[in-house]
Amino acid sequence: MTAETALVPAAPAASPARPLITLDGVTVRFGRGTAAVQALAETSLTVAAGDFIALVGPSGCGKSTILRLVSDLMRPSSGRVLVAGREAGDAAAAEPVRIGMAYQNATLLPWLTIRQNVMLPLKIVPPFRAEWRRKRRTEYRDRADALLAQVGLKGFGDKYPWQLSGGMMQRANLCRALIHDPTLLLLDEPFGALDQFTREELWAVMQELWATRGTTVLLVTHDLREAAYLANRICVMSARPGRILEDCPVDFPRPRPLDLTFAPDFTALVQRLRALIVAARAAAA
Amino acid sequence: MLDLIRAKAAPAALILSVFLVWEAVCAAGGVSDILLPRPSAVLYELYDRWWALWPHTWQTLYTTLVGFAIGTAVGVLLGVLIGSSRLAYDTAYPLLVGISSIPKVAVVPIFVLWFGAGTVPAVLTAAIICIFPIVVNVATGIATVEPELEDVMKTLRASKLDILWNVQLPRAMPYFFASLKVAVTLAFVGSVVAETVASNRGVGNMMMVASSSFNVPLVFAGLFILAGLGVALYLIFSAVERRVAGWAMRKTDLAVTT
Repeated sequence: MTAETALVPAAPAASPARPLITLDGVTVRFGRGTAAVQALAETSLTVAAGDFIALVGPSGCGKSTILRLVSDLMRPSSGRVLVAGREAGDAAAAEPVRIGMAYQNATLLPWLTIRQNVMLPLKIVPPFRAEWRRKRRTEYRDRADALLAQVGLKGFGDKYPWQLSGGMMQRANLCRALIHDPTLLLLDEPFGALDQFTREELWAVMQELWATRGTTVLLVTHDLREAAYLANRICVMSARPGRILEDCPVDFPRPRPLDLTFAPDFTALVQRLRALIVAARAAAA
Repeated sequence: MLDLIRAKAAPAALILSVFLVWEAVCAAGGVSDILLPRPSAVLYELYDRWWALWPHTWQTLYTTLVGFAIGTAVGVLLGVLIGSSRLAYDTAYPLLVGISSIPKVAVVPIFVLWFGAGTVPAVLTAAIICIFPIVVNVATGIATVEPELEDVMKTLRASKLDILWNVQLPRAMPYFFASLKVAVTLAFVGSVVAETVASNRGVGNMMMVASSSFNVPLVFAGLFILAGLGVALYLIFSAVERRVAGWAMRKTDLAVTT
């Protein structure tokens, strides 16, 4: 994925001066009348291009809702959601921002092999889509295999999802989220269902992928250590209706070794985050 | 390998022993051929009159397959329409259940009235009888697609057609094939019923003529032909199913052929 990838026009990244994502006073309500639930209240957030942001907070605070807003799976009840300066889901956008997304469940399609699963976005997303028929057996296939090798799944391309362990499926899921060179990567607790060791291994993989690609990442997680290890900025959210309580910069130099998670600074940060969330939960109760 | 032999041999042995018991009971009890012919007599009849039976067999197979093809096409189309929207599902379901509750024998006279006796009513009866299970299964398959799978596609800004083609239809394939196996045997019921009522060709008509002349072994020969055709088509669709929807049957080693 070197010379040939360059033929594909670069994803439309916002210039560093302009934020890639802006949430401006966004409120989201589900349902109507007395049964209505307010998920987000007047939330504002900006994410610079190339940044790595983690969203943490109590359960049900609307973290995932933010991801759904940004990827246009949902519209806000009020307020504006701008991605690369345009309203999310603006149909008039000539070249919409490419988004990759990975959920807690790997959601791989069970009838496709791992490689076919990873290649799926290339079949759907322009400009790759136009050359799908011509390149799916050559360039796209190599691209998928290279990415699979990068996350430690070399040689598993022809397996079916059910033949893989949970950790391996999640690696494949990351590949699928990244294969089309997204400008924006949305991660919704992608490592949540994994055991401690696999999770930490994938943190390192994720850090490397982010460093080599310059993708903007928005990570939703319950794991404060995960947030502190991976992110440049951690946004702590309040209990429902969610809004952003605190925006903590994370200044540990990169690349961050796993040992960092035992350093006093790191532990202090995690404890501070934890205290914030405990307070947010108590305030809601 | 031993399992494979066992899997193939056991059904064959069962069929064979049913015939043997049948033969033995008829021989021991001295049952008349007019009541219940012995299987050997039926097989002899099949052999003896094969050249006369063949055009009828072909006619029935032909009408059944044409009707089945029409029924499948219409069924998939309706299934996709109904399955892709909750509103359509709720709206169309009562009508479908109503139509499917009508005994198909009852509609044959109407088809005869419209199209005259012969091939067309048989084809249409076969088609209408196999639509319902296909519609219901395809619709269920599509309506039960995990929303997360669709979200993945929507995040990629896939069109409705992309989602249908890449997620919904493949996801509905196991359901579709389950219904195809039911539908193909039902299609035989439809075409034979129509032939019995209003046709001068086909296995159904042949059995009517044979029974009116008390040639009971020939009637049974017709039943054997129908059973044979039904089993053959069932096996063909099972094989296609393993190819296309094998991912849903991961227990069989056929799923991984790459």
